[in-house]
Amino acid sequence: MTAGKTKRDYSLVGESTRIAIETGLASAEWYHTDVPRKTMKELMQRSDGPAIRDTIIWIAAILGSAAGGIWFWGTWWCVPFFLVYGVLYGSSSDSRWHECGHGTAFRTRWMNDVVYQIASFMLMRNPVTWRWSHARHHTDTIIVGRDAEIAVMRPPDLLRAALAFTGVLDFRYSLPTLVRNAFGNLSPDEKSFVPEMEQHKAVIAARWHVAIYVATIALALYLWSFLSLVLIGLPRLYGSWHMVLTGLLQHIGLADNVTDHRLNTRTVYMNPISRFIYWNMNYHVEHHMFPMVPYHALPKLHELIKHDLPEPNPSMWHAYREVWPVLIKQLQYEDYFLKRELPPTARPYREEFHALTVPAAAE
Amino acid sequence: MAVWVEACGVDDVEEEDVIRFDHGGRTFAIYRSPNDEFFATDGYCTHEKAHLADGLVMGDIIECPKHNGRFNYKTGAAKGAPVCVNLKTYPVKVEAGKVMIQIG
Repeated sequence: MTAGKTKRDYSLVGESTRIAIETGLASAEWYHTDVPRKTMKELMQRSDGPAIRDTIIWIAAILGSAAGGIWFWGTWWCVPFFLVYGVLYGSSSDSRWHECGHGTAFRTRWMNDVVYQIASFMLMRNPVTWRWSHARHHTDTIIVGRDAEIAVMRPPDLLRAALAFTGVLDFRYSLPTLVRNAFGNLSPDEKSFVPEMEQHKAVIAARWHVAIYVATIALALYLWSFLSLVLIGLPRLYGSWHMVLTGLLQHIGLADNVTDHRLNTRTVYMNPISRFIYWNMNYHVEHHMFPMVPYHALPKLHELIKHDLPEPNPSMWHAYREVWPVLIKQLQYEDYFLKRELPPTARPYREEFHALTVPAAAE
Repeated sequence: MAVWVEACGVDDVEEEDVIRFDHGGRTFAIYRSPNDEFFATDGYCTHEKAHLADGLVMGDIIECPKHNGRFNYKTGAAKGAPVCVNLKTYPVKVEAGKVMIQIG
């Protein structure tokens, strides 16, 4: 943990990328807690039941809150309905996107695919590019120059992190990206993780998304009412705060350039409502170590391997309080990070790569 | 000339499961289907270097433990993103309780 005088290069086609590949940090073999094969097989088993139940509740709550919002449209009574609708649309879609993208939520493949496509649309995410970026995130979790999904880079931009709760920055990035993709343009970063044979699919998907947004805007103009936009598109702004609240905690303030998820990922105990919205992704170390374990089996996996993990944060509040001073320190010393203590029952951290010099961005 | 090597005993693999077999600096995956048939493929996923033997067998499908890429282990066919390249398969026979694979 030395004073960092150089800026990290987060480009996926830059100097950090080259060094990560050359040193073997990219696509490395990661630490795993030992779990007997028989137990792991049981944990990995797929089932449609829990996800069908949760999806029925989810869709019913979306339709119910939307109906309330529409019914009371034009009065203040619509506000609480849209607050609920916004979180269901703009936040819980993220965990559905995530689990169905992994193909673990349902046993039946087409069910995963349908929910994945719907959730991708709700999030303004290109379903093709984001599937590949997330695969990269799992291969190279918080590896600078490789991971396309590092939410808070170093030194941390605290204003940007705060604005993330409003959804403005994500909206400003996501919509133009979809439009750019719809015109057939993929950025160099996108091309670095989407195989050539899949790139045309990203363009087609973006065109569908953009077409629906154009139709929604046309409907709003025809009816001369914001209602259709409040229902489609804008929830990405006013309802994404819960996704950010829970999602930021996954890796913020922890180590980068390591090959041990216990060093760069955080598990946080959460209330049942947040866990429903987040589909148990608060067990994030467990998820990264064993991404094939479905969301509904993560609490059981947690119980099995917690002896080998740092103690989870007991609440989101605790986790943010813990990470805040780390972020403040990173403003001056960007190499600083939070190294959480392992219990005596755990095997030592794997941190050999972390000794490597962090490459600097081009001045 | 065909080269057959002994990979494991038939009882070493549970039904609808997979085990790893290393030979000559290479790694293979040996499968036992729900119908009690044996199959063999390359041991690593074609997407990233992950051992398929750590994955989940569901019917005719092996799912990679790293990114959930799926292959039909009987044919080697990749079944969609993030796997795009088919898996190499190897002939298998069972003799005297041993699973043999042809690697040459």
